[in-house]
Amino acid sequence: MSASLVERAAPAVRAENVRVAYRGRTVVDVPAVELASGETYALLGASGAGKSTLLRVLGLLERPTAGRVLFDGSPVAAGDLVARRRIAAVFQKPYLLRGTVADNVAYGLRLRSVNTQERAARVTAVLERVGLAGWQDRSALTLSGGEGQRVALARALVLEPSFLLLDEPLSYMDPLLKRSLSREFAAILEGEHITSLYVTHDQDEAAVVADRIGIMRDGHIVSEGETDTVLGLPADEWQAAFVGMEPSLRGRVVACSEGLAEVECGGVTIFSTAQQPIGTRVLVAVRPEDVTLYEAGAVLPLSSARNHLDVTVSEVRPQGGSVHVTLERAGARFAAAVSRAAAAELELKPGTCAIAVFKATAVRMRTDDRRLA
Amino acid sequence: MHVYTQAIIEAFSLIFSGSGDVWPVIGLSLAVSGTATLIATAIGLPIGYFLGMSRFAGRGSLILLVNTAMGWPPVVIGLFVYMALSRTGPLGDLGLLFTPQAMVIAQVILAAPLVAGVTTAAIASVPRDLRLQLRALGASRLQEAFEVIKESRRGVMAAVIAGFGGIISEVGAVSIVGGNIQGSTRVMTTAIVFNVNRGEFGLAMAWGMVLLGIALVANAALTMLQQAGSVYER
Repeated sequence: MSASLVERAAPAVRAENVRVAYRGRTVVDVPAVELASGETYALLGASGAGKSTLLRVLGLLERPTAGRVLFDGSPVAAGDLVARRRIAAVFQKPYLLRGTVADNVAYGLRLRSVNTQERAARVTAVLERVGLAGWQDRSALTLSGGEGQRVALARALVLEPSFLLLDEPLSYMDPLLKRSLSREFAAILEGEHITSLYVTHDQDEAAVVADRIGIMRDGHIVSEGETDTVLGLPADEWQAAFVGMEPSLRGRVVACSEGLAEVECGGVTIFSTAQQPIGTRVLVAVRPEDVTLYEAGAVLPLSSARNHLDVTVSEVRPQGGSVHVTLERAGARFAAAVSRAAAAELELKPGTCAIAVFKATAVRMRTDDRRLA
Repeated sequence: MHVYTQAIIEAFSLIFSGSGDVWPVIGLSLAVSGTATLIATAIGLPIGYFLGMSRFAGRGSLILLVNTAMGWPPVVIGLFVYMALSRTGPLGDLGLLFTPQAMVIAQVILAAPLVAGVTTAAIASVPRDLRLQLRALGASRLQEAFEVIKESRRGVMAAVIAGFGGIISEVGAVSIVGGNIQGSTRVMTTAIVFNVNRGEFGLAMAWGMVLLGIALVANAALTMLQQAGSVYER
């Protein structure tokens, strides 16, 4: 979804001072959360962070202990059927009803007493949109997990909701299917222009589908903003660990010319294409996968990468198919993700000297709110 | 073994000859227990749905009460209804004692907790996420209840079967409030007791076989309905 669309759009859904407590234990405590019209907002967090509870409150499926939800500026409550019928949801399991794919997709339309002819037309159209054209008469019980979840998405989209909830819709998929379906879901959501709330614990999935992300921890939204910023500029140790990075570096813009900002972070100078006025205190960070490592003293190939730093390896940790390498220079810490083969070739271990190279365009930067406060 | 053989022969002769009050007694048994089951379902199903779906303080105590009521002794219920319908009882003016209506009342009190208790367990086993899904697709409370009951229809049918099975074979309550009046309130179970008291074991056995047969047919029909399929599979 284009950023400009999101910027122009007015808030469609807003929750204020929402608190949910079970048996006296607070599981969600969010002063405010807002979804712009047409945007996809991902709630990201570990299990038990309160994401799904907040989704249920925003989706009018659960009454909060305190606080209120507003649609287009008007307060709405869980018992409000008219408001609820503006919403549709896809959950972890599709819970398909016995019958055909068409029966399932038309379920919500039947609840709304939509006539048979219109039902059939809308089901046909929506199945085409989710890549299941002509699947109307197939038994819902014979579908695979991925197909079932597509039917569940079609069942929600056919209602033409103004607010779509997606609660870990791909969590039961294998990694391969999850990757392809998350891309498909992102394309569909972008095409539909529906205000969507997408709950997931998978940052890669969130990065693919969301315009904005809110990270939840212990019932609170601890970080919120544009997807790239939230996932690329962790504000503290916990968020950094959660998104697989080192905490952002704190620094100050010391020069700015030809679209390039020069940021002094302790003894390290980092170049970024992000713009901030000279003197501004900022947070800067670079994603590990954007950092390339070379042997210390190596002659670097010609490239457009503006940042070349002599660093020392402080930790080497295998992570999935790659190796997560923590690097230090003059007290500043960041990380690189390198292939296993590259890690072996460079003989990376704590204490190894290397050269870290990354582009100025890969450096995320924003004002350091904590210092400004 | 002779006594059993003779009883079986007598049973078949009783059924196929249709002599005496065989068919009226069978008809009344089915009418009383069938009506009581319908009424008990109308009462027990909403109670079971409410207890299965809701979460509130005191729910556990209510479920305990219903479960205890599932084991109410028919004789005690018969006595309770008898006292209520007797001339000096609070409902004495209705003049229902020793009528089929009184038998239905007693059997409703016996069957309703059975229906409610088994329904509670069936409804509670419906995944919460399914209910959320239905709600999130725009189901009203009534539509949600309808779908949840449809989804748990196997359990709900088991509740109805339990209710019917519990009362078609009971004798304590119907004999007290019905009085086993020939041609009026005699049902199969009271007929068995009556024949045993008169030493007519063959006839009693015959009634027993008829009762077993009817219970089998009725439950087979309900079981077929129960196994007709569930509403969702995934």
